[in-house]
Amino acid sequence: MVTRIDRRMAKLKTEGRPALVTYFMGGDPDYDTSLSIMKALPGAGADIIELGMPFSDPMADGPAIQAAGLRALKGGQTLVKTLKMAAEFRTGDNETPIVLMGYYNPIYIYGVDRFLTDAIASGIDGLIVVDLPPEMDEELCIPALKAGINFIRLATPTTDDKRLPKVLQNTSGFVYYVSMTGITGSALADTGKVAAAVKRIKGHTGLPVCVGFGVKTAEQARVIGANADGVVVGTAIVNAVANVLGPKGEKTADPAEAVATLVSGLAQGVRSARLAAAE
Amino acid sequence: MNKPAIPNSFRTGPDEKGMFGIFGGRFVAETLMPLILDLERHWNEVKNDADFRAELTDLSTHYAGRPSKLYFAEGLTRHLGGAKVYFKREDLNHTGSHKINNCLGQILLAKRMGKKRIIAETGAGQHGVASATVAARFGFPCVVYMGATDVARQSPNVFRMKLLGAEVRPVTAGHGTLKDAMNEALRDWVTNVEDTYYLIGTAAGPHPYPELVRDFQSVIGIEARAQILEQEGRLPDTIIAAVGGGSNAIGLFHPFLDDKEVRIIGIEAGGRGLDGIEHCASMNAGAPGVLHGNRTYLLQNADGQIMDGHSISAGLDYPGVGPEHSWLRDSGRVEYVPILDDEALEAFKLTTRVEGIIPALESAHAIAHAVKIVPAMNKDQIVIVNLSGRGDKDVHTVASMLGMEI
Repeated sequence: MVTRIDRRMAKLKTEGRPALVTYFMGGDPDYDTSLSIMKALPGAGADIIELGMPFSDPMADGPAIQAAGLRALKGGQTLVKTLKMAAEFRTGDNETPIVLMGYYNPIYIYGVDRFLTDAIASGIDGLIVVDLPPEMDEELCIPALKAGINFIRLATPTTDDKRLPKVLQNTSGFVYYVSMTGITGSALADTGKVAAAVKRIKGHTGLPVCVGFGVKTAEQARVIGANADGVVVGTAIVNAVANVLGPKGEKTADPAEAVATLVSGLAQGVRSARLAAAE
Repeated sequence: MNKPAIPNSFRTGPDEKGMFGIFGGRFVAETLMPLILDLERHWNEVKNDADFRAELTDLSTHYAGRPSKLYFAEGLTRHLGGAKVYFKREDLNHTGSHKINNCLGQILLAKRMGKKRIIAETGAGQHGVASATVAARFGFPCVVYMGATDVARQSPNVFRMKLLGAEVRPVTAGHGTLKDAMNEALRDWVTNVEDTYYLIGTAAGPHPYPELVRDFQSVIGIEARAQILEQEGRLPDTIIAAVGGGSNAIGLFHPFLDDKEVRIIGIEAGGRGLDGIEHCASMNAGAPGVLHGNRTYLLQNADGQIMDGHSISAGLDYPGVGPEHSWLRDSGRVEYVPILDDEALEAFKLTTRVEGIIPALESAHAIAHAVKIVPAMNKDQIVIVNLSGRGDKDVHTVASMLGMEI
């Protein structure tokens, strides 16, 4: 089954440039604002959207994404609303791939079968569920693949060559390489090491490899994008939202505009990536 | 939830995937997965290794003071006028609770694995103190994550950890209790994968932690079973222990699970009552879900967001429970009942007065249930209560509950 992710990745390959994968937190700081951010992403140059599902206990996330999740939950966001947000976005954009990213418990409580049915109806193309390693594939990964939704797995610096095949086995859409050991929002790892790791993973799979964790600027996006099929930016976008919120959560500027400005710059970074690599 | 079929033995879990029925498992980020597999490999090597066992037994005897006594609580027995009450005196261990049993086992494991740094989470501070103690004894740097609320209400233990050379990092996220401390410890581990050993204090978390913590704590039940056979010539009618994450309880229960005539009761923190949200009775008022690497009963809302519970006892203030307890609950082998803050406080005062023993507030929950059921039992019946820790750490909390200043 060919998904929107597959089509988008194939198209970018012909264009000879990496994808800009943008993460934002669904419902941060409220549903309507968050939907306006989502709608602004493709126009600003995002190629793939990662829609964050807030969770009360995000064990792999740094302070910025933790805070964003709490703002969203305080604003009344639920998994039901996150799916609704995707569906509303889809009424105006049937091409940009949407990947839901988060933790397993809200999906488990929603019910896996019901979740997959509703996710497909909402136009979801892929899932990244941080706390479901290949050892737990029967929980959601296998059912998702059967339902026609990509299950995108994280590979990390601790995933050695012996383990990589297991990690890649049921992965589809793309591989998300986490550039360092640590939580989201930490400093970017040595780019030379990242390039070597991408090459190592590509030795095991034909899937596109996108790199995330620590990418914040257009220049970093360009450098990482020179060797990867995609660059994931999350914390920087979440921070762009936080930066226009006052002490009581009131908006001091338009969050969608702030995000669009940042993403436009990042988009220029990835668009110059291959040019730079060719020099 | 369908009740699982009754197995031939309740003592064979977990399976090779780390599951107790539908509970347990390895729900962790990929970064941690190789570490957990490595831990499992080392654990499988040492668990039946005679040298490892000998070293642990020697430390347990000469450093921790094991075996702990099985004490006939004559004052409480007379006061209640029913079955004979025995206390398993884990409060007499070095560091004042059962936590040292697990810490000694895991520090030896960390040493074998060549790790250089210890991290731990703590609620009441008992596990933090035990971790800081073994880290000092074996020369490891140690960082203890502790919720900011708990840092405030367990200040004597914070001071002890610092004296022992550990760094105590207060965690302000959430309600600043054990759940938040565990999140932060996991974030540390995911960042410092090369050299760090995560010394989990309770029988929860990703496989193999629930199994290895249980095995290190099972010394409680193994001793208690032999001691009661020696002192009374028969098995007890009922055994009782408090359950937060559930390490002291699984340690007492596990060796008795296949003794069908022994009634086993785990006590959850009922807080201010199960009608509201101010309790930590995940098995009585929660639902199965996934948190901190395992599937287990959790306090959560309809969207699968984890709730912050409440208990007077910091050690029971956790919205989940070890996965083996969840399985024992569903299989019907163990009963889990709640005890309210007020009931625990009364048991705390009673035990202090009639036994001259100040119990930890956690243990006071278990005693409180004995206070409820013992008067209706016959005088020739026997109840063992796990006195998991001493209450010195709780005197500030109790004083403020009683409206006193100290």
